[in-house]
Amino acid sequence: MDLESIVKALNLKVRSGEDKLGTEVRGGYTGDLLSDVMANSKEGDIWITRQVHQNIVAVASLRDHAGIVLVQGSEPAKDTLEKAIKEGIPILVSDMSGFEITGRIYNLLINKTG
Amino acid sequence: MNCPDNESKSESRPQFNIEFKIGEKDFNVAGEAASKVKKTLQQLGLEKEVVRNVAIVVYEAVMNVIIHANYGQLKVIIVPDKVVILTEDTGIGIPDLELAMKEGYSTATNEVREMGFGAGMGLPNIKQCSNKLNIKSQVGVGTVLEAIVYLSSKDKKEFFPQNIRLS
Repeated sequence: MDLESIVKALNLKVRSGEDKLGTEVRGGYTGDLLSDVMANSKEGDIWITRQVHQNIVAVASLRDHAGIVLVQGSEPAKDTLEKAIKEGIPILVSDMSGFEITGRIYNLLINKTG
Repeated sequence: MNCPDNESKSESRPQFNIEFKIGEKDFNVAGEAASKVKKTLQQLGLEKEVVRNVAIVVYEAVMNVIIHANYGQLKVIIVPDKVVILTEDTGIGIPDLELAMKEGYSTATNEVREMGFGAGMGLPNIKQCSNKLNIKSQVGVGTVLEAIVYLSSKDKKEFFPQNIRLS
């Protein structure tokens, strides 16, 4: 399933990486501890977090994530957004809680891939 | 990035060095350094797994310097059979290395933890992602960390913790 399908299904707002919405989402990871995400997430994951500082772009870029979803109405910090635009990392935002959005993305991915 | 002319002309094999200065509380430098190293290794055509491991080691090692020291530097040396990641800092040092290696043990401040760092996973991650890890630390003086990632991942892991005097 591509990022755009998830964006549409869950009405996410796109803050950066509009041209990368065709990226295939292979799985997901939810977490706010950057070392945990760094160690355990996988390439192609959509990363769900409420951290908004610049290092999330670094982690997503290093791990080749499909994109980042900020939860609970969080917005990326200014320098985070600038860096995300520069590196071409999609940042998506939602008012949903991390719990809800994780469950919904999980269902989307599972139903699509069987 | 320097690509020095090899001093020893007997070895015509290429060597790449990447160096970064690390200042106190300069949280962004970890990401920058890791990104730059990752891009360089990709350009050199190294295996995906090697690139991933080196990037994680660089990120975590630099983050440790940022969190626990006031000044330090990163050096990444890429030679034909391995990548050496070296950080040196003038920080508080590690009083109990065995404890520091335990996942979840952390001496980071609440401020640092709120940013999602300092979860006590840095050194365990570094150990996990490197083939050799050598840490020399002296309380009140600083810490030197050297991690080696082999380009062929068949070599077994080794870990040599030591608390020794830095001269």
